[in-house]
Amino acid sequence: MTTTTRTRTAALDIRDVTLERGDGDTRIRALDGVSLTVPSGEFVAIVGPSGSGKSSLLAVAGALTTADSGTVRVKGTDLATLGNNAAARFRRNTIGFVFQSGNLIPALSAADQLRLAGRIAGNSSVDPAALLEAVGMSHRANHRPGQLSGGERQRVGIARALVNSPALLLVDEPTAALDRARSHEVVQLLADQAHRSDVAVVMVTHDHDVLEHCDRVLEMVDGTLTPYSVSSRT
Amino acid sequence: MFLAVRELRFARGRFTLMGVVIALIAVLVVLLSGLSSGLVNDGVSGLKSMRATAFAFDEGTITDNAFSRSLVDGEQLAAWRGADGVDEAEPMGVSIVNGTTGDDEQIDLTLFGIEPGGFLDPSVSSGASVSDELGGIVVSESLEGEGVELGTVVTLDRIGLELTVVGFTEGQATFGHVDVAYLPIDTWRLIASNTAQPGAPTADQIATLDYEYSSVVALEAPAATDLTAIDAAAGTMSMSRTEAFNASPGYEAETLTLMMIQVFLYAICALVVGAFFTVWTIQRTGEIAILRAVGASRAYLLRDSMAQAAILLVGFTAIGIGAGVGLGALMPDAMPFDLEAGPIAIASVLTIVLGLIGAAAAVLRISRVDPLTALGGQR
Repeated sequence: MTTTTRTRTAALDIRDVTLERGDGDTRIRALDGVSLTVPSGEFVAIVGPSGSGKSSLLAVAGALTTADSGTVRVKGTDLATLGNNAAARFRRNTIGFVFQSGNLIPALSAADQLRLAGRIAGNSSVDPAALLEAVGMSHRANHRPGQLSGGERQRVGIARALVNSPALLLVDEPTAALDRARSHEVVQLLADQAHRSDVAVVMVTHDHDVLEHCDRVLEMVDGTLTPYSVSSRT
Repeated sequence: MFLAVRELRFARGRFTLMGVVIALIAVLVVLLSGLSSGLVNDGVSGLKSMRATAFAFDEGTITDNAFSRSLVDGEQLAAWRGADGVDEAEPMGVSIVNGTTGDDEQIDLTLFGIEPGGFLDPSVSSGASVSDELGGIVVSESLEGEGVELGTVVTLDRIGLELTVVGFTEGQATFGHVDVAYLPIDTWRLIASNTAQPGAPTADQIATLDYEYSSVVALEAPAATDLTAIDAAAGTMSMSRTEAFNASPGYEAETLTLMMIQVFLYAICALVVGAFFTVWTIQRTGEIAILRAVGASRAYLLRDSMAQAAILLVGFTAIGIGAGVGLGALMPDAMPFDLEAGPIAIASVLTIVLGLIGAAAAVLRISRVDPLTALGGQR
């Protein structure tokens, strides 16, 4: 379709998704008719108590598991149509992940973490300097995770997630191990990247203090998404 | 190998520890290989150096110690000599004797009775070849400098027959761990027939000898020749030269024992390497889940882990081989120990390949790691 006006395309489009987990008596409905659309450049936060289904939402959005019903589209691709290998290929080219505490590879320096992400995507000529500069970590490029603080590790994790210029960034509890000041820095960094790089960012978090940096906040309760209410803050 | 090399550097303590175990296994492999080659050479180097491609034993001779049990007569020899497709057929006598040198040194010899100037005649490093000189013997080079020299007279125990060393073979020539002495087949027949007299053998003794036997018929024939058919006609049982090794005293028992030890060593190598990489892979499960979540394929991760195992195995096997060769040079002369490039190369390749198989069995776990576990809520 040709248009003369710039429209924000949906990087993530989740429609009426359900997902059940467990077996027998322990079987639960982790996602119950969830719908969510996130356009490129928007930073969406999802809050909710443990076990509410936040990580399950990241799993289906990130092609790590397949929804029992409903559709999940990332940049127009229906994830249900992807086999295991195609899903892995799709993840490395289209989706970036930021994990709790950065979850970096202990043997690799900050720069090598980014180089490895590039190599996994078939790009062995990644220059990590610009990305590390963008997250304020260029001065720690040759340090391994064990030599970095929690906030620094998370910054490197964000830079790693951006190596392959993903359309969608899925962020799992990025401030779980950070103090308040560092938490704000990291989430502000994510917001900057979303807006500057036109990346759709979905962050799940327990941390209500950092929500001010997000464009939109939703709450997950018992597998359903609802608009966030300040009164739910605990 | 991007991740593999960096992990090797990062966890060098753990990998070095594992590498030392691999190197020690490689040292043992080299030492066993050297011992194995040494025992083989000590057992059958006299046969290995011969041009003979096969030996015909008397029909029905049991394989164990067949050379000293078998006795073939003149008719059997003639049958082989007249057979089509056989280039050479000569009598060969084999017996082990005890003797004493002029210096009262006791000496054991395996007597190989051969036709002087025939195709079994050994190359000599010094002195003369086996000739019509009835009392002349060509002995293994390994005896040179050990109280035996050209002109040394060896007197055989009990019968008192005197044999004089006229030459030394080129290289070691032993049979059943006893040094070989080549002598004319007529002299061997004199000894085997129990008609030898004290002193040097004489032409008169040979002339009156009525004994046409030998232990075996040594053969040189193209591989295509059907020896079985000739066996049936000659009343013999032929074996290839390699098969005949088992007919030398103790050869089969020794080689099987050493082979079994080597097999266990290879199995231990595979198991130890497999166990190490199993633990290593389990320790890395979290990392692997992260890498799979960010899109690393199973093939990429398996390739990387196998490259890591290969670097470890090749590097430390090479160190172990080097150390083993060094230790081998320090082995006492009394020990049958020969380092040969071929067996060492085979042993090295087996150590590496079996280690890689062990590692492969361990790192296959990678393909079972669920990338979903990378997410916090799933851990």
